[in-house]
Amino acid sequence: MPFISKKTLASLLGIVFFAMAAVVATAPQVQEKQLSVYAPVATYTLPVLDRSGHEYVGLLELLEPLGRVSSQAAGGRWGIRYNSVDGNFAAGKSRGRIRGRDFDLGAPFLIENARGFVPLASLGNLLPKFLGTAVDFHQSGRRLFVGQVGIEPSFHLESGAQPRLVLNFNGPVNPTISTEPGRVRMLFKRDPVLSPGSQSISFADKIITQATYSENNGAAEIDVTANSPLLATYSNGGKTITLAAAPTEAKSGQGAPANPLANAPSQPKATPPPGTAPPAVRRPVIFVDAAHGGDERGAALTDRLAEKDVTLGFARLLRHELELRGFAVQMSREGDTAVPLDQRAGSANAGQAVAFIALHATSQGSGARVYTALLPREGESKGVFRAWNGAQEQALAVSSMVATAIVNELQVRKMTGRASAASLRPLNNVLMPAVAVELAPGPNGAADLGSATYQQQVAAAIADGVVSVRDRLGVQR
Amino acid sequence: MIPRHLVISVAVMLVLVVTMGIYARRMRRQARELESPATNTLPVAPPASGRTEAVTLYVADDSPGILRQEAAQIPLPGGRQQRAEELLRALLRVYQQPGAAHPLSAASDIRSIYLVEPGMAVIDLNAAFADEHRSGILIEQLTVNSLVETLAANVQGIQRVRILVEGRARETLAGHADLSDVFDVQKMMQ
Repeated sequence: MPFISKKTLASLLGIVFFAMAAVVATAPQVQEKQLSVYAPVATYTLPVLDRSGHEYVGLLELLEPLGRVSSQAAGGRWGIRYNSVDGNFAAGKSRGRIRGRDFDLGAPFLIENARGFVPLASLGNLLPKFLGTAVDFHQSGRRLFVGQVGIEPSFHLESGAQPRLVLNFNGPVNPTISTEPGRVRMLFKRDPVLSPGSQSISFADKIITQATYSENNGAAEIDVTANSPLLATYSNGGKTITLAAAPTEAKSGQGAPANPLANAPSQPKATPPPGTAPPAVRRPVIFVDAAHGGDERGAALTDRLAEKDVTLGFARLLRHELELRGFAVQMSREGDTAVPLDQRAGSANAGQAVAFIALHATSQGSGARVYTALLPREGESKGVFRAWNGAQEQALAVSSMVATAIVNELQVRKMTGRASAASLRPLNNVLMPAVAVELAPGPNGAADLGSATYQQQVAAAIADGVVSVRDRLGVQR
Repeated sequence: MIPRHLVISVAVMLVLVVTMGIYARRMRRQARELESPATNTLPVAPPASGRTEAVTLYVADDSPGILRQEAAQIPLPGGRQQRAEELLRALLRVYQQPGAAHPLSAASDIRSIYLVEPGMAVIDLNAAFADEHRSGILIEQLTVNSLVETLAANVQGIQRVRILVEGRARETLAGHADLSDVFDVQKMMQ
């Protein structure tokens, strides 16, 4: 029987190990397919499934952020109610019924784990039936625009020895910017950026030669080709990105600092907005707490409207308004789930948010009321550890400024607003400036509480109020 | 032949039996009527003949969302604890009147008030007070402020107030106002 020495065996094992490692390292990364949805109330992405040669997306998951949705599955049938619109589908059947009328999906309906999936190709015709509004579906790029949410770019080249390409957008954007030899890539994952009209624009310049627009897997990308390293800067509240030829090493000692990314060889890195260091782009985080949820319904605002549903929709609108103003938003809940008060406060504290905004609703009064914490008799603090019920104390002065700023913005919009203090958890338990906003009926009474238009007005006032005191939140402009 | 005196005695006894039966029936009906008010949780009326004192009630008004100071003359007993209970019951009666600006359920009541240590008062509400209270930050906070500020303004030395429901700690009054902590009177009245 042949005998293999220990040395030979070890060598063989080593070779096998390195071969496997090389295979794993060089294997192409499988990118999960996804659909991006841009709507006035929310921007979100959903996974896309491949089944029998068709792409599918969950219908409940697609509609859930846009309104009140419920679904039920029985046998091979699946029903969904979006606000007051009913849809019924059967597994394996390409025809369903929406608003009592037949609708052709173009491919069989899919039910998996009691979840209903519709073909991606059907969304352009299917969604208007539920939403009652037009949608713009870019199927090849898997990007869906609900309503007039698109952000259009325009290009302006300033030629010269140090040419500058100015990209103006009609809304704030926050792309991931990376540099590669000969080009700058701007990837817009959460921004509803649209095509500038042409897929490719050529410039009569020796350094900045071309810009191209493309859409792929739920994101838009603008690539700028240049013969020299480029420096990217943000201005105009995130609505303008300027690409300029980076100063050379010799010049950098005399004037503007060189962008570390401009000389980066091939590893993509984020480009910082001006005035921030270190280089990573990080938007200040606002924690938005949609009060109540799950079994905890909150107040019954009308016979059909529960406070927990209003706060969730209101929170989504506020998230959108804050994102438009350059903030990142962390939500306490994304759906109808019960989240304990301590967990809400803990998440905000751990996430290092710069402000905490809890949202409530009431059928009493009008406009909105803004509350700061009415601190209780504080528990015992030990050293650096703050008493849980008095964690808010040090931020209370700034919280009052935030509340006053929001009330001012409400009054600018001719809405009733008033600030006061309330013993309301978890305001006591958060370390950052914290307010609670209680949405009250508008000019049309309690019916306004469920109105996205009315909620959007109040959400815009809140967001503007936060922006007006952003310096006090430790956020640089 | 039955003797005449025996007939008369039997007749008198029969009349007595019938009379007592009617009387017993009336007594039972009265007893039943007395039993039913025992289940009524409405606040007990104050002693009509007691000496009245001038007090200040902090009365909530939902419409502007504020507390109004209202002067009142109410009969108050001598003991500090009993005075506190009668004071808040008088406040409660304002909220239970038809057309009140901050209506509370007719079944709401103050079970007891304990002055457990210098400066600390514990208000024990009945279950109906919390269970039937309307839900909302403003509405609940007005109730809490009204109770605490009325108590602190009229009973000397109260600096902290705890609110219990049926003798137990409760997280919120009706989903919003936090009852899990001790209220600091000074902070609340600022």
